[in-house]
Amino acid sequence: MEHIVIIGNGISGVTVARHIRKLSDKKITIISAETDYFFSRTALMYIYMGHMKFEHTQPYENWFWKKNRIELVKGYVKHVHTGANKVELADGTAIDYDKLVIATGSKPNKFGWSGQDLEGVQGLYSKQDLDNLEKFAPDKETCKRAVIVGGGLIGIEMAEMLRSRKIPVTFLVREDSFWNGVLPSGESALINEHIQEHHIDLRLGTNLVEILSDENGRAKAVVTDKGDTIACDVVGLTAGVSPNIDFLKESDIELGRGVKVNRLLETSAKNVYAIGDCAEQHEAIGNRRPIEAVWYTGRMMGETLAQTLCGNPTEYKPGHWFNSAKFLDVEYQTYGWVFSERGMKEYEQHFHWRHSKEKICITVAFHKESKLFLGINTFGIRMRHEIFDKWLTEERSVDYVMEYLKDANFDPEFYKQYEGEIVAKYNSEFGTSINPKKKSWKRIFSNA
Amino acid sequence: MKTIKNIGLVIFLIGLAIFTVLPVIGTYKISSTDFSEFVNEKGIKSDLFISDLEKNVVNQSFDGMLAFAPIITDALEKANAQHRKNKEYKKVIYTKPHDMAAQLGKKAGSGFIVENKGLMWFLTFGLGIIGALLFILPNVVLLGQKGIKNDGIYHESSTNKGWVAWLVFIFLVGFYLILYFRSEYAVNWTYLVDPISESLSGNPAGHWFVYGFMYCVVMTVMAVRMYIKYRHNIYQIVRTTSVLFFQIVFAFLIPEIMVRLQMPYYDFKNAFPLDYDFFFQWNLKSLINSGGIGMFILFWGIILTLVIVPVMVYFFGKRWYCSWVCGCGGLAETLGDPYRQHSSKSLFSWKVERWLIHSVLLFALVMTGMTLYSFFSETGTVLGFKTSGVQNTYSLLIGSVFAGVIGTGFYPIFGNRVWCRFGCPLAAYLGFVQRFKSRFRITTNGGQCISCGNCSTYCEQGIDVRAYAQKGENIVRSSCVGCGVCSAVCPRGVLKLENGPEEGRINPTQVLLGNDPDLMELVNKK
Repeated sequence: MEHIVIIGNGISGVTVARHIRKLSDKKITIISAETDYFFSRTALMYIYMGHMKFEHTQPYENWFWKKNRIELVKGYVKHVHTGANKVELADGTAIDYDKLVIATGSKPNKFGWSGQDLEGVQGLYSKQDLDNLEKFAPDKETCKRAVIVGGGLIGIEMAEMLRSRKIPVTFLVREDSFWNGVLPSGESALINEHIQEHHIDLRLGTNLVEILSDENGRAKAVVTDKGDTIACDVVGLTAGVSPNIDFLKESDIELGRGVKVNRLLETSAKNVYAIGDCAEQHEAIGNRRPIEAVWYTGRMMGETLAQTLCGNPTEYKPGHWFNSAKFLDVEYQTYGWVFSERGMKEYEQHFHWRHSKEKICITVAFHKESKLFLGINTFGIRMRHEIFDKWLTEERSVDYVMEYLKDANFDPEFYKQYEGEIVAKYNSEFGTSINPKKKSWKRIFSNA
Repeated sequence: MKTIKNIGLVIFLIGLAIFTVLPVIGTYKISSTDFSEFVNEKGIKSDLFISDLEKNVVNQSFDGMLAFAPIITDALEKANAQHRKNKEYKKVIYTKPHDMAAQLGKKAGSGFIVENKGLMWFLTFGLGIIGALLFILPNVVLLGQKGIKNDGIYHESSTNKGWVAWLVFIFLVGFYLILYFRSEYAVNWTYLVDPISESLSGNPAGHWFVYGFMYCVVMTVMAVRMYIKYRHNIYQIVRTTSVLFFQIVFAFLIPEIMVRLQMPYYDFKNAFPLDYDFFFQWNLKSLINSGGIGMFILFWGIILTLVIVPVMVYFFGKRWYCSWVCGCGGLAETLGDPYRQHSSKSLFSWKVERWLIHSVLLFALVMTGMTLYSFFSETGTVLGFKTSGVQNTYSLLIGSVFAGVIGTGFYPIFGNRVWCRFGCPLAAYLGFVQRFKSRFRITTNGGQCISCGNCSTYCEQGIDVRAYAQKGENIVRSSCVGCGVCSAVCPRGVLKLENGPEEGRINPTQVLLGNDPDLMELVNKK
């Protein structure tokens, strides 16, 4: 029986294992040093905040793995010997494989700051990171202040976590507005306000210079490029993540920033595949980045690779880009491509609407000349994924999207709807006279 | 703000302490005129019982129900034993000993509590309400900006099955045990609400009136908490208002007013088989003997169960009843909301749930079949089983122990919908319709799920919502009561309660939206 060994029990590794089991009877082994069982790392923050316990983040009960004959090995892979079809664990045991799947995910970026390896300095990615935070920042007495470095999604999550225990937080963001490499300025501004309303000391346009140590090797303060020294007990490094592939450096697998893979998710070594955060496409797919550290792409690569491994070679072809996040209390969804001013295409034009009082706004991107709908960002409004996926495939115009926007609304019942206001503003800005159509189940469920 | 909360807590605890101590304090003294009046009213023919009480109780003063009640129950049991032995069946008293103690106790109560009903109401209910509101209202500020705030739920003793939760558990279970099985200890509570009862129905309060009144008070106060916690969520606000309205108006006020107008006591929203005694002989007889209104209630009760319930479930799912109308659901959604995360999501619980709830439904149906057969054929037994025996078993096991003691008492430990999930026969019936013939489902939003597990954790019905959401599958489960909290706690906007077309309601998917359509086609073909 063919033995498939998977390194990493995150969403990618577990998804590929589950789908292989659905499709075949192969022997499956998952190796991980992080936890005994799969858990959802996107939920780590909710454990610290007391919304959930660790066991709630485990999507499958503990008996699931045995029942589905997925063998779990707790261990750290030190070497991959592609010639001998063997992985070697840190404790010296060797495991033979017929096919090997590398799904080791990411690790937090460190840019060589002085003091970046001190105690109390950490990212937020693994279960161990959470354990560390619980150790160094259990309450506001132990942790008088925390400094978070890096203005992205993990940074704001970490700020929210610490604030939930009333720990003062200083948030250093390199850019002059939060996440404005990704978000258009209106949205970035909205989130800036929102962060400050949550009593987070947001410092825009500020870089970390060094982290100062106390006599026990623990972080005690950070120094910024504005000349400030901020005393703190915890430093969160959340300036992005990079592939967790150091253990492969001595193997003969071709590496870039991540493990290089083709569209079939094959690496340069025979019978070795890579998926998820640690995989790097030779060439980016569409507007996507070569490395996508997103939960759902890991899942999709797992689904795809399982097909290939079970005799149905299938290329990884992600559909239209989408994503979502939550900034403190504001939900964010995006479908298609809406670039920030920095990354904007020359043909791209935006329509922005913001509620007069609430933290609600949308931005629609479209083609200047053809009016082709390119994408939408929503804040504080939920939208229906299927509808935008369909409209993008059908290459609808922005006028069409405006007219049928009510079909796409996914807010809970009785919520106030803003399509009327949105379309009115659109009409006045672009001289159109679009009347929003009433929501229709027929259209929602008609296939593209 | 924190100080206000603490003051509120102290005031609440004082009110609760006074309330809790009431069952065992107070003075009971019955005069001979009152006693003979009582004997006449009740038509008590047992000379043994009467003389026993005249010797040991009448004109004597007792400190607390603990001293008073055992004498009554003993006297009654002894007298009955003697009468049975002598075959003097006409003298046997059929009132149960504890009910007798409660009825006499109500007559005999005297002293401070009885003379100061208003003050005592304030010291118990009044302080409880004021304290609870002082504890709850500061959350408007403390919870910060609107949005889902479950911060610290698993750090708090009260909401993480710590010692506070166990104390609440003991209190609730104790309360229900008194209510169902030792009503004589509730006598002092009835005095507190006598003025309210008298103004509504014209009668002094019994222990069920205490329960009904307390139910409304608890729901109202906890509804305030719901309004604050979910103030950004219109669905929760509308739903809470609805369930509160039906409790206060339909379950509490209308039946009392009907009694005042000499009509049968009836809760127009309580549908069979949850209302399991609707077809019991005494109820049918009372309805038939009440003229037009009785016949209307009989007709309404049957139409409600056979037509209105399934038609409404077809259009709106069972949520219209379980989360918008039902009293049990109402208490679960208000008092029980802090405990919703405790319902077990394991596969094992799901198996238990399906066996248990359907067994109760079967039990209720068989019992009702027997009851109706007995009613029309005027026999007491069906196939050798005593109908009244089956009815009593159901009343005790399901009506009292399951629905009351376990259903509510276990909130802090097993979650707030124990009864609705494992025991309610009406929920089982609604569930069949919802699962197989309804427009209701929880729609999932393509591939946005990140499997975080908030939805499953906060599902009060123990549904592993995430298991569906991460597959992009609509959730069509018979147990879903449509409370809407999974949708509220989802950080990615993945879940939505929808009444849409039946077609496409069930959508088993192999590959989630987001992957290229070719692949989906490929996989679905396999």
